[in-house]
Amino acid sequence: MAKIIDEKPRPTVKDRVNDTVGFVQGSQVWSSIFRPGSIFRKGYTDSPRNRSYVIMNSVLYHLHPVKVKRHAVKVSYTLCLGGLSFFLFILLTVTGIFLMFFYRPEATAAWNDISNLQTSVTFGLLVRNMHRWGAHLMVLTTFLHMSRVFYHGAYKPPREFNWVIGIILLTLTLLLSFTGYLLPWDQLALWAVAVGTEMMGYTPVFGQEVRFVLLGGAEIGAETLLRWYVLHVLFFPFIIVIFMAIHFWRVRKDGGISGPL
Amino acid sequence: MTEIPEHLLKRAQAAKEKASGPAESAGSDAGAAASASRIPEHLLERSRAAKAGGSAQESGGGAVAVADAPGGLIAAAPLAGGVPMGAGPGGNTQRLLTVVKSGSIQEVKATPVDKVHTWPHLLAAEFVASLACLTFVFLFSIWVNAPLLELANSNATPNPSKAPWYFLGLQELLTMFHPMIAGVTIPGVALIVLIFAPYIDKNPSNKPEDRKFATSLMTVHLMFWAVFTIIGSFFRGPGFNFVLPWVDGMFFHL
Repeated sequence: MAKIIDEKPRPTVKDRVNDTVGFVQGSQVWSSIFRPGSIFRKGYTDSPRNRSYVIMNSVLYHLHPVKVKRHAVKVSYTLCLGGLSFFLFILLTVTGIFLMFFYRPEATAAWNDISNLQTSVTFGLLVRNMHRWGAHLMVLTTFLHMSRVFYHGAYKPPREFNWVIGIILLTLTLLLSFTGYLLPWDQLALWAVAVGTEMMGYTPVFGQEVRFVLLGGAEIGAETLLRWYVLHVLFFPFIIVIFMAIHFWRVRKDGGISGPL
Repeated sequence: MTEIPEHLLKRAQAAKEKASGPAESAGSDAGAAASASRIPEHLLERSRAAKAGGSAQESGGGAVAVADAPGGLIAAAPLAGGVPMGAGPGGNTQRLLTVVKSGSIQEVKATPVDKVHTWPHLLAAEFVASLACLTFVFLFSIWVNAPLLELANSNATPNPSKAPWYFLGLQELLTMFHPMIAGVTIPGVALIVLIFAPYIDKNPSNKPEDRKFATSLMTVHLMFWAVFTIIGSFFRGPGFNFVLPWVDGMFFHL
């Protein structure tokens, strides 16, 4: 029996991986997903051109320009406060969607749902904690971001209008936090919201009417819970995303972040 | 501002000189203008001669070297009606129609700005900051549980009843003023002034030393709310009466 002699050496694992990668990256599906010049088409090597492509040919181009002023990347100038507010918003959206799977906004069910979430849902307690502490932290970071912008004089022309948008975002953040405060439907939630909405009723002309519409009655009850749930998970997030989009767009249109001092 | 590369500084300096040089010498000093704007000496000489001659006799000859009609840049068009024929008085066959200062049509608009690539310089920093923030929230959530008190009961008012922490400054104000003042007027005015801050503050500088009044006012404003929020949070007990947290304990939930 003749011995078969391989002319070619057996392909190594590395060769096989390279072949597979080449096949995938050469396929029509792959090249239809990633834009020409995208680093994912043919892999990344560090070069000025590829550094530009990372931004230019990805969805990040909606958020960042290809190049930014050198002083703008100094952490000691921005303290990352605006970016962290946005990051916390994403974190709160993710954890919030998780919580929605286990929560019914009914006066008879809400508290039990939260209680069950903490005791019998895997990571339920952890995710609820992250949602709550993240929310308090977001109020803090947006507030500190506003202070930072003020002390740097960054609200001055041409950024006046973006400051106004920023104050609206701060107000919306407070409203998001406040509407979420009621949802656990425990004594803390009920009475904190009772005290908070009582102040609202003193607003002249329309205070009582607005309060009535928001509470769905003269006092906080089952209707209030449903209304604030809808405000918290749909209405205010929808509004705040629109204003955030304008805010980020204006940062670029007004010439990047302010400074240096 | 951190280190700008040497070559950019040089380029900026050159651009600045180019832009401002001729403009500064735009006065009537002909000698300075001549040295700044490389117009040949003999041409300027001729223009001066023509100007002197032009005032004596209203000549529209082709020898006019420079616009002499007031304000007219293209005034060197021959007034005599004919195409300039032959040579000028100096034997030259060319003539200087007009002198356009370089600064007037070549504006140097783009001053060089020192920029870095967003990737990796900015994205890496953002990524690290988000990871740090996530780690902090994660660890804090492992160690500290969110409060969940007993089921809501509108017949059992807890004592004290407190709003969420960011409204406790307002609630503290309510102990001192009529609700109309404390709950509506003061926060309303504060919010409106804050929104219109860029339109109220006309000072164009963003240097801290130029805006001492603005920063002082803002600091006082922030401290005002911080102090009231802290008092409302930690120093108010049953009946919203003043307590000392290290004596009577905390009456505060997040």
